[in-house]
Amino acid sequence: MTTASDRNPGALLDRSDERLKDRSGAKGAIKGFLDRVRSGDLGSLPVVVGLVLICTIFQTLNPVFLSPNNLVNLLFDCSTVGIISLGIVCVLMVGEIDLSVGSVSGLSSALLGVLWVQWGWPVALAIVTAMAVGFVTGCVYAFLLNRLGMPSFVSTLSGLLAFLGLQLYILGPTGSINLPYDSPLVNFGQLLVMPHWVSYTLAVAPGVLALVLGYRKAQRRQAAGLSSRSFGGLLLQAVAITLALELVAYYLNLSRGVPWMFALFVGLVVAMNYALKRTQWGRSMTAVGGNREAARRAGINVRLIYTSAFALCATLAATGGLLSAARLATASQQAGTGDVNLNAIAAAVIGGTSLFGGRGSAYSALLGIIVIQSIASGLTLLDLSSSLRYMITGCVLAIAVIVDSLARRSRVSHGRA
Amino acid sequence: MAIPDTPSTTSRQPVLSLRGISKNFGAVSALTDVDLDINAGEIVALVGDNGAGKSTLVKILAGAHMPSSGSITFDGQPVTLANPAAALKLGIATVFQDLALCENLDVVANIFLGRELHPLRLDEVSMEVRAWTLLNELSARIPSVREPVASLSGGQRQTVAIARSLLMEPRVILLDEPTAALGVAQTAEVLNLIERVRDRGLGVVMISHNMEDVRAVADRIVVLRLGRNNGIFLPGASNQELVTAITGADDNAVSRRGKRTAEAKAEGERP
Repeated sequence: MTTASDRNPGALLDRSDERLKDRSGAKGAIKGFLDRVRSGDLGSLPVVVGLVLICTIFQTLNPVFLSPNNLVNLLFDCSTVGIISLGIVCVLMVGEIDLSVGSVSGLSSALLGVLWVQWGWPVALAIVTAMAVGFVTGCVYAFLLNRLGMPSFVSTLSGLLAFLGLQLYILGPTGSINLPYDSPLVNFGQLLVMPHWVSYTLAVAPGVLALVLGYRKAQRRQAAGLSSRSFGGLLLQAVAITLALELVAYYLNLSRGVPWMFALFVGLVVAMNYALKRTQWGRSMTAVGGNREAARRAGINVRLIYTSAFALCATLAATGGLLSAARLATASQQAGTGDVNLNAIAAAVIGGTSLFGGRGSAYSALLGIIVIQSIASGLTLLDLSSSLRYMITGCVLAIAVIVDSLARRSRVSHGRA
Repeated sequence: MAIPDTPSTTSRQPVLSLRGISKNFGAVSALTDVDLDINAGEIVALVGDNGAGKSTLVKILAGAHMPSSGSITFDGQPVTLANPAAALKLGIATVFQDLALCENLDVVANIFLGRELHPLRLDEVSMEVRAWTLLNELSARIPSVREPVASLSGGQRQTVAIARSLLMEPRVILLDEPTAALGVAQTAEVLNLIERVRDRGLGVVMISHNMEDVRAVADRIVVLRLGRNNGIFLPGASNQELVTAITGADDNAVSRRGKRTAEAKAEGERP
């Protein structure tokens, strides 16, 4: 029987069980990390390894790859599909899928072109309308799933075709509408970068925030008799984050600087991460993805959670479509077709969000899209045709999914489902 | 050994009291005129064969089914348990056999699922402290509340499910087959836990097929047979008495074995 006798007296509330291994200090942290990796809890490790590999290969093949100029362009390109991928993270969290994000983004760029350029609506109104159309699309998918029991795989696959058709229809026979080059939207998508001092200031923020919030949390945990992180460790982490970000900012500032569009993307990622990790809504999303019936019995409104996931995903897809129209300064029939769909889904999966639901993080969209765009950019620099690009990206996606399902199997056998 | 229908503790008012409960599903009457009293600080075991109506009775108590007739009183007040939320609000918590835990979430998240503190800025520290307090009060052996539930054993999961149901400070807790599919040590752990829940002053209703487990912890054993009360026993009752009450037959494997043992004993005692 367990009693106070085999709990170490005076030990911290969460460290009193004798079976718990000591994981404090730097050595413990490293050991804990190795344990997690061995049991299949890979986190963002595959991405980091993949990025290092990609950078080494492309840099040796073409030294332009890691030049500041190319990296700034890379960040511009990341932002559009990355925002779509952020929406995919939402639907994957609840264990569903949206295959129509490419078409929805294409439709929204077509709407922007027609409403703004052809009909002369104010640009803000056109943007809001396109995003609202995305929102409604997501609600329709959720309705089909909740009320009619239509699997999201099928409903969004038919959506893929239907919305592509709608995009072609509203663009009409001309097929493409050029957006005004000197408009703020196109500037935002192509040119606008932070002044250097803003980028250096913003690069300090994450480290300072991590330190302040981490220290406050540690103090609260200490007061409550729980184990807490040492101030030294927090400081070390904050310094490392700040140094790394300042270095990145400095390197990008050698060229044009940090794109505002990328800042918008990162801001959305941080907000989404907070929502998923620190709010009841995020907890409910994870629960629904893990065990739908348990979530229902816990009083969670499962239908509402599904609706929020699909609506958010389609709205973000529409937003991504608007930004890519701004990036290309055109709303064309090609927008949102081709590899947009798969790149968005692949980015989320490569970043570590599970296809099986209940596991993932907003940061996987950020990390994953950087991997995908690096490959695309590297292959473009090598002057490879799109046929080869598709094949290689396809292989990378396959590898990512294999890593995901192998890691999942390992997690199950190590009790970490 | 059967004791009268009215419990020996008539001086105390039962927390939950059922009188003349019947439940019909079409032409089939699953329950007929069933009476049940649950006192605070008492474990009532509900036993019976398959189809005896145990699950139907528990579902009525949990608010999942409405009885066709009969009355339910809670703290002496007549109540209707129209839905699970109503039962939960009165203070009747249920732990179903499939525990319905999210394996990808940790113990704290599972205990507080749907009832998180500070919905817009989850208060993880307070939730973790509360979870530890609850688990320590139950002397539960969970090494870490920050591990996903997938890493826990069956007994530990049962513990988490029970701790989760205690979070709302219920007066009565219904346990559906809490020891099914558990090993020897884990069963003992869960039975200890059930006793500690009783010692907190809760009324406990436990459905079980395992007579050993029932006799180990129950204060009263209520037998149902074909949807009717078929006797209330004290834990000292013999296996044969219980099996007879459950199956309704005097002549069965257990009674024959009892007879054989008695004969062998008699022969052994003969000079």
